[in-house]
Amino acid sequence: MRLILSILAIAALASVPLWLSDPYLLNALITTGIFVIGAMSLNLLLGFTGQLSLGHIAFFGIGAYVSALTSLGFDVGLPFGIRIVHEPWSPLAGFVMAVLVSALCGYLVGRLSFRVRGAYFVIVTISFAEVVRLVALNWVELTQGPLALTNIPPMSVGLPGLGEFIFRTKLHNYYLVLGVAVACYLLIARLVRSHVGRAMRGLMENETLAVSIGIDVTKTLTLAAVVSAGICGAAGSLYAHYIKIIDPEVFAFINTVTMVIMVVAGGKGSLAGPVVGGLIFGLMPVALRPVMAPEAQWIAYGAALIVILFIMPRGIVPALTQWMPRLRRVRRPSFSKRGIEESA
Amino acid sequence: MSAVAHKLEPAATALSVDRVAMHFGGLVAISDMTFSVGEGEIVSLIGPNGAGKTTAFNIVTGFLTPTQGEVSYRGLNLRGMKPQAIADLGLIRTFQRTSVFPNDTVFDNVMIGLHRRGRVGVLPSVLGLPRVRRLEAALKDKAAELIDYVGLGRRAHDLAGSLSYGEQRLVGVALALAAEPSMLLLDEPVSGMNASETHTFVELIRKVRDRGIAILLVEHDMPMVMSVSDRIVVLNYGRIIAEGPPDVIRNDPAVIEAYLGQGVKHA
Repeated sequence: MRLILSILAIAALASVPLWLSDPYLLNALITTGIFVIGAMSLNLLLGFTGQLSLGHIAFFGIGAYVSALTSLGFDVGLPFGIRIVHEPWSPLAGFVMAVLVSALCGYLVGRLSFRVRGAYFVIVTISFAEVVRLVALNWVELTQGPLALTNIPPMSVGLPGLGEFIFRTKLHNYYLVLGVAVACYLLIARLVRSHVGRAMRGLMENETLAVSIGIDVTKTLTLAAVVSAGICGAAGSLYAHYIKIIDPEVFAFINTVTMVIMVVAGGKGSLAGPVVGGLIFGLMPVALRPVMAPEAQWIAYGAALIVILFIMPRGIVPALTQWMPRLRRVRRPSFSKRGIEESA
Repeated sequence: MSAVAHKLEPAATALSVDRVAMHFGGLVAISDMTFSVGEGEIVSLIGPNGAGKTTAFNIVTGFLTPTQGEVSYRGLNLRGMKPQAIADLGLIRTFQRTSVFPNDTVFDNVMIGLHRRGRVGVLPSVLGLPRVRRLEAALKDKAAELIDYVGLGRRAHDLAGSLSYGEQRLVGVALALAAEPSMLLLDEPVSGMNASETHTFVELIRKVRDRGIAILLVEHDMPMVMSVSDRIVVLNYGRIIAEGPPDVIRNDPAVIEAYLGQGVKHA
């Protein structure tokens, strides 16, 4: 049942450009899709380990900057007369570097802050995002500061025997974002259903008990942070190569808040939650624009959030699965009926 | 190594607690504690409330580091080891109050408990390699078997948080057994259980011991302690006041004064 739903959803999303030719709407879908990937990565931390990262946009921005700089090249001076000159690499290499560097940052933040969790982690992530923003703003030689990095090349993939494929148009980018989003979704789904995911759930529900049965807290949480940051970095890279210009504003706190809203409204701890929440809150401004003044749009945005959380406190997707029990039980492991029936 | 304990039991020593003291600032929770548990033995730690029983548990399982003294398991000193490292040695505990993962089904609880057996690399599990699938299938069988073993077969798909108090304790034991203990530490496992539930639980403890698993029990239910223990260690005000088989403890004047006398009044 869930499998059929997922295939239908992907097919529906893949068919969108066939009947929607308006470039403005397609653009809105692409940027929303990129933010949905970010929200999915946030959900891995918030929904499956219970740790709130309020600086999650830092990993997104780091991914964007790393990818842009890798593909643009740079020439910076460091103290002691060291100069680093980097020749431009392909955007695909930029994407890989973005994932790796973001994941590394996730590792460092996780290692630093998971010794003491909860509010401490929230504060460390906020500070981290702010520090990274200040670096991006002030290290002008590397990042151009507020002048922004411009002329970022579009994403391209070398296909063996077919030459280079460049994602030039909106249509190309739409399918690129959709593909990466599906891949990230599958990665997260596999991870949370594996023994690692079980360890995360155990830690979230009852940490003392989890530790007593041999679950390593720091290792499990750090792993979640690394994967989450890596995925968010991938989203940032897609963003940089699609928008083609990035400035330190990408690190704005409001962007993290948007991702948190997407996750919480859609349903944290549910795989489809950030997708549903992301599509609703990503596309809502677009839908409201023709009918409302800008001020009224923000009020409607806030009102929609309040109404959703009032009716469905755990988020849209968990509420739906509760109303439709058929969706709920299907994914149960094929239980060894032998043992159960004997006892009954 | 303990000087006192060895002449009492013939079996090889599994756990040895040697002259342990635990101070919280000025408060002395345990002043001097020495006892041991042999392989395959059921030892109970009893004493009035506040005697230091749970503190002793937390020291043995690495949740607290003792101010003085040493704890060793199968000859290995546990000082400075993290709780999960101690769990890796096979020393597994249950908890007084929070014995389950409330928002998961009983089955998923035990699956989480099987963590130590299911550890494979992250990449193979994300890729879903055949050997990981085989391992997962084996774990599911194992989980069903353990649920059956503690007698919760009919509750396997219910949320653990929705179970009765006594049933949650059984989930706690299934979880602990899932972690493949060579020694099990049970913290007041039958508190809140009725007589028939307690009786079933005692049977379960015996069954577990017959698997060769040593058991250290902290419990207030005297009839239960007397019936199940091979040896009893009595704590009062952070110090051991008596140690021996149930018959000896039952008639020990110091124990009667410190513990049973009070217990009778409360009952």
